Amino acid sequence: MIKSELVQHISMSNPHLYQRDVENIVNAILNEIVAAMSRGDRVELRGFGAFSVKNWPARTGRNPRTGAHVSVAQKSVPFFKTGKEMRERLNKSIPPA
Amino acid sequence: MSGKTITRADLCEAVYQKVGLSRTESAALVELVLGEIKNCLERGETVKLSSFGSFVVRKKGQRIGRNPKTGKEVPISPRRVMVFKPSAILKQCINGAEVADEAED
Repeated sequence: MIKSELVQHISMSNPHLYQRDVENIVNAILNEIVAAMSRGDRVELRGFGAFSVKNWPARTGRNPRTGAHVSVAQKSVPFFKTGKEMRERLNKSIPPA
Repeated sequence: MSGKTITRADLCEAVYQKVGLSRTESAALVELVLGEIKNCLERGETVKLSSFGSFVVRKKGQRIGRNPKTGKEVPISPRRVMVFKPSAILKQCINGAEVADEAED
């Protein structure tokens, strides 16, 4: 499912909402999560999961092919941890083959 | 690390500010959006949210794990896990790069 399908789905099952509004709502939610993570904040959504930012310090890496030393700058990466309820929901329905 | 934690209430507030709906409606809609994403993932479907990232469900087979405390081998049952793959745009945002705001509203 992609974003437009998500919007379509929600507006179809909620005929009192305009598709435009649903689109704005989805974007507002996502933008808020992005903004929070850009500030280095954590976003915790009970029953779904938590977004956080991991900060990796600068290090000296190696080019695996040539073995040359390369300096890797310090960086931050987004990280998501699945919530407990979500983890359980993924496994309750159909156990994988 | 020392940053604060954003919760549902903050998301509802953001929705309330952006869209002309009541607080109660905003809260219900945040729930609706999350619920829809969760249902989709529960079905094993991938959810792709452009310029944000995608949520992918992966199947894991059975494997042998070890209780780290006792060192005993324990079988780990097959399971489904969900992973989040951040988009390049999200990664850039987090590293402080100024990204052109492409959310048109």
